[in-house]
Amino acid sequence: MKIAFTAKGSKWNSKIDPRFGRTEYLLVYDTESEEFKSYNNSDIENETHGAGPKTAKLIFDIGADVLITGNGPGENAAIALEKAGVEIFTGAENMKIKEALEAFDNKQLKIFKR
Amino acid sequence: MKIAIASGKGGTGKTTLATNLASYLSEEKQIILADLDVEEPNSGLFIRAEKIFQEDRYKMIPGWVENDCTYCGICQEVCNFNAIINLGTHILVYPELCHSCYACSELCPTAALPMQKQKMGVLKHYKKGNIDFVESRLDIGQEQAVPRIAQTLDYINSISDNKEIILLDSPPGTSCPVIEATKDADKVILVTEPTPFGLHDLGLAVETMQKMNKDFTVVLNRFGVGNADVEDYCKKNNIRIIAMIPDSRQVAELYSRGELVYDKVDSFKQSLDSIKHYILGK
Amino acid sequence: MKEIVVISGKGGTGKTSLSASFAFLSGSEAIIADCDVDAADMHLLMSPDFAHNEDFYSGQMASIDNEVCTSCGLCLEKCRFDAIETDGERYQVKELDCEGCGYCERICPVGAISMKEQKAGQFYISGTRMKNTLVHARLRAGAENSGKLVAKVKKEAKRLAEQENKKYVIADGSPGIGCPVISSLSGADYVVIVTEPTVSGLHDLKRVYELVKKFDIKTSCIINKHDLNPEITNRIMDFIDSESVVHLCNIPYSNTFTDAITRGITVLENGDTEMIKVIKNAWETIKKSINDK
Repeated sequence: MKIAFTAKGSKWNSKIDPRFGRTEYLLVYDTESEEFKSYNNSDIENETHGAGPKTAKLIFDIGADVLITGNGPGENAAIALEKAGVEIFTGAENMKIKEALEAFDNKQLKIFKR
Repeated sequence: MKIAIASGKGGTGKTTLATNLASYLSEEKQIILADLDVEEPNSGLFIRAEKIFQEDRYKMIPGWVENDCTYCGICQEVCNFNAIINLGTHILVYPELCHSCYACSELCPTAALPMQKQKMGVLKHYKKGNIDFVESRLDIGQEQAVPRIAQTLDYINSISDNKEIILLDSPPGTSCPVIEATKDADKVILVTEPTPFGLHDLGLAVETMQKMNKDFTVVLNRFGVGNADVEDYCKKNNIRIIAMIPDSRQVAELYSRGELVYDKVDSFKQSLDSIKHYILGK
Repeated sequence: MKEIVVISGKGGTGKTSLSASFAFLSGSEAIIADCDVDAADMHLLMSPDFAHNEDFYSGQMASIDNEVCTSCGLCLEKCRFDAIETDGERYQVKELDCEGCGYCERICPVGAISMKEQKAGQFYISGTRMKNTLVHARLRAGAENSGKLVAKVKKEAKRLAEQENKKYVIADGSPGIGCPVISSLSGADYVVIVTEPTVSGLHDLKRVYELVKKFDIKTSCIINKHDLNPEITNRIMDFIDSESVVHLCNIPYSNTFTDAITRGITVLENGDTEMIKVIKNAWETIKKSINDK
């Protein structure tokens, strides 16, 4: 299973970026291979509109099964993530990535429904 | 004759002026009043009239034909607005982000994205005495005001015999919707307040009107509060102030209840009279 | 660091005056962001020094190189926005009509069209008389506010807040219900909606709340000019109560707001002791609620 986090940095102890569409990084943890990868999303700054769908597309391209974020995606991104079958968990806005993963494992995060 | 009523920021009394002026002028003239603030049309709350026509309004967006699609991704690549994304098994179109440029549809190699109509809002036409009132309202979540304003203006042109006075209650601000709303107006009235906020936002509106080469004047609302900086600014820049409407709690209360003002507040009526003289060229 | 955003469905409710009051109360504990870029008035109450100033680019516009153009007319034929004009020989782009879709650039057979970033305005970082930093912007006439610009203002404010270890970011949010206000709300910890008891005020409050509801953010409401229409004030109270929105305070109709704006100060500095008490209490409630989480 691949778990994607919206993040403010590229490291394991970076903080969660509470935003979805305009998140600076996406970090992806693969639970099978235990591999950890980061994707720089900072180019999103140049998008005038439609940042949500564009980041959702990246999540899809990465092949993530689960997304962990802060406030939750906007409507547009939520539609795409739903179509792509990504499960979304929110409420990790004040955590570091590793804390968010623990919270997820302990089922402490909120399931996001459109 | 088309007269747009605009302002640099919201809450300066634009709608109050437009609705009262329409009603006052209709005592002598045929009036068409259009609420072009398509995101938040509020004029209708004041003009309680009978609806005579209603029509859904559309825009063109690409519709995806699954069977013809090869998921080549060209549509996503050519869209500058992130309005279409390719999920490999699905093509998702975001109507509210789409600007109807037709690029994805016409450049699709397998013609799998024919353009089709999508409802964006509703246009309503009301009538009360000598006033024809037209409002166009965007559906919630729809963002593009400009095409809606253009359609509303087209509708007004279609019902006008060029003899009426057409009043356009424009959206606030200085961005694209205001430009669309004022671009065909013969005259523009900018409503402002005698405060630093009013002055700052008037400055932006004036800059926009000058860029568009518009014939514009100023109505100073809530006169008596604040300071004389707006008057000084207008004097210095040779901008005519055609009326100064005195500040009044009574006006604010009437507005809060959605009522017309000029038949109850005499000073307001006198200001409308000055504006009438300006519009009729007397 | 917590981010507080102040918004309102319609203009003229006192949103900017209240944002500036919170900025005043928080003093050096906060970084201030003016996201109401269409009518960026907050700086008028804060005496900023415009210490940092840069051009801001947003949105694209087509540009035709007449040296390369063969006057085939394909761009004019394809453009859905009537943004290309010709005198029969030379083709050019009408600046105010171009939507920046880039279709013409893609189909020009000789590559004579390129898309250029448009200068949308100025972006500033200022020190203020309130001993805090204000991040703000000024749009050019006719330029459009966007999620992009709001995101830039907020990002810079947050970066500074983290770097300088500030407790709060206070943002004067964008008006309306479109992309800029979504961008204002995104990533915030607390929202204050400012409204007024008028028929349009209530209507616009409901519309903007529809949007706020989609984000998982603590929400509160201030009713300004509450005594203007007690009946609608009651309806607003009922509405926010039914939606579990925190009612922060009612503020009476008063020229204190206008007077303060005219003097370039916040309503807290204008000597109206009752008003000062109400707004200070509201700020304390916000702080308490936000630090609870």
